[in-house]
Amino acid sequence: MNARTPETHPLTWRLDHGAPVETLAAYEALAGYAAARRALADLEPAALTQLVKDANLRGRGGAGFPTGVKWSLVPMGADAGRKYLLCNADEMEPGTFKDRLLLEQLPHLLIESMVLAAWAIQATRGYVFLRGEYVLATERLNRALAEARERGYLGRNVLGTGWDFDVFVHTGAGRYICGEETALINSLEGRRANPRAKPPFPQIAGAWGRPTIVNNVETLCNLPGIVLHGAQWYTALSRGLSGDGGTKLYGVSGRVRRPGLWELPMGSSARTILEDLAGGMQPGLELKAWLPGGASTDFLLPEHLDLAMDYDTIARARSRLGTGLMTVVDRTQPIVPVVRNLEEFFARESCGWCTPCRDGLPWSVKLLRAIERGEGRPGDIEILESLTTQLGPGRTHCALAPGAVEPLQSALRFFRSEFESGIRASAASKETV
Amino acid sequence: MSTVDPPIPLATATGFLSEPELAAIRHELGHYENPRAACIEALKAVQSARGWVPDPAIPAIAELLGITPADVEGVATFYNMIFRQPVGRHVIKVCDSIACYLTGYEELAAAVRTATGLDWGQTGADGRFTLLPVCCLGNCDKGPSLMIDDDTWGPLSAAEVPALLERYL
Repeated sequence: MNARTPETHPLTWRLDHGAPVETLAAYEALAGYAAARRALADLEPAALTQLVKDANLRGRGGAGFPTGVKWSLVPMGADAGRKYLLCNADEMEPGTFKDRLLLEQLPHLLIESMVLAAWAIQATRGYVFLRGEYVLATERLNRALAEARERGYLGRNVLGTGWDFDVFVHTGAGRYICGEETALINSLEGRRANPRAKPPFPQIAGAWGRPTIVNNVETLCNLPGIVLHGAQWYTALSRGLSGDGGTKLYGVSGRVRRPGLWELPMGSSARTILEDLAGGMQPGLELKAWLPGGASTDFLLPEHLDLAMDYDTIARARSRLGTGLMTVVDRTQPIVPVVRNLEEFFARESCGWCTPCRDGLPWSVKLLRAIERGEGRPGDIEILESLTTQLGPGRTHCALAPGAVEPLQSALRFFRSEFESGIRASAASKETV
Repeated sequence: MSTVDPPIPLATATGFLSEPELAAIRHELGHYENPRAACIEALKAVQSARGWVPDPAIPAIAELLGITPADVEGVATFYNMIFRQPVGRHVIKVCDSIACYLTGYEELAAAVRTATGLDWGQTGADGRFTLLPVCCLGNCDKGPSLMIDDDTWGPLSAAEVPALLERYL
């Protein structure tokens, strides 16, 4: 593989120069904070937002919403009052381990990126909502924040601009739902992490009722490169593989030869990621199905491996790019227990606020367990199918349950006979009684 | 004599919380826009000092933050990393999400259960371990994984479990 450079691997090139770039000195020696210095000197907030819109940076947390558009919904001007920038570092989507790398190995890249985002929306306070289990990341980020404050990248009068901005780390106390942006805000405010009804959207009324932007770690870390090299460079980074620009942290987990994480042009094919980088399946195993980007994305099949891993292409295949980290299932794994594992996760992590999610997900687990044991009853598959609709988009308070039914509905579509065999066996055994 | 339980004494914040706990909570207060936002941090401060959050801490934190005890209890019981009952000296959290499930979770979980003699949610009589499930640890390229206290371990085979547990006495 070619050496990583700032122009080709804007997120991870610094990691080629020795282990984690933890300290301010190490980061500054590798062009660290150059983008913050340039933006705060040369770019008005509106110009920075326009630059990010031109680059068409899309949210890397899973939804793919254009970051610049999100920012542009924030009220600006002298009377806009106090605003917040929240970094969503509550990485808990099963199969996702990309933000951990950035948080642990490049804490100053995130801080510089937050300075840029906060400048664009003129926020005066930022929080990193970091999951409690990321202990090393918490230590390194807190140390990096202290260094950045000391050096004047944070605090009062940042880099002599007259603008105040500081960042605090809030460590979570568990619960997947905290990654939902309005649940994250409730949790930050010291409340139960039930999502809020939208509208109002956080851009207008978020943390403590004030305009608030919530951006994912990886999304934010794209900003310094865009500031230094421009929107055209960013768009071209995907080398025509995708209508979207930039690079993406892709990864593979499951029974492959070399599970791991790589920064590649946006739109790289799943086959490149799985076969060239992860080395393919472990000896003797064959690919059966894969989740493109987390537990809340629809399964795809081996025939989909040549698809570009970008938001629109994967959506056209009736799945979602999600976080972009693939989880692969090999042919030795029956699909029903795999889906049961996924639904158990969602059932446990439901916040319990709305009935379809709170009651529907455990119901799906119960049915899947019965089918797994060969004790499914006629009609169970139809109930599971109906749950994929009843818990789908528009029926629930937030996106947790609609995400939860994505792997279920696609498994039913692709592997229906495996579900059926869990039912036929039981019907037959009853007849013999 | 009445058979009704006496009311739980409502300790005052200053009466129950230790000086280091109060200092930790006050430090966090400065990072937020209002006192109630420090609720989770306050619970964590108590837990880090005592290993768990005993009953009298709830009204004490409520008083300190100016919110109701029910509110504090609601938060304490929502988050799975806040312990409202005593836990062992070491808390084992075994990731049971999809990437670990596909790479050997069941064998690993069985080995941990056998070695500790514990089922999910249980604490041993010797007070050494508490065993809990946890969702995806973001360590999926090194599955199957688990955490013991603040340490993340993976990939782990079932055979490695007994030696690993010996590190935590």
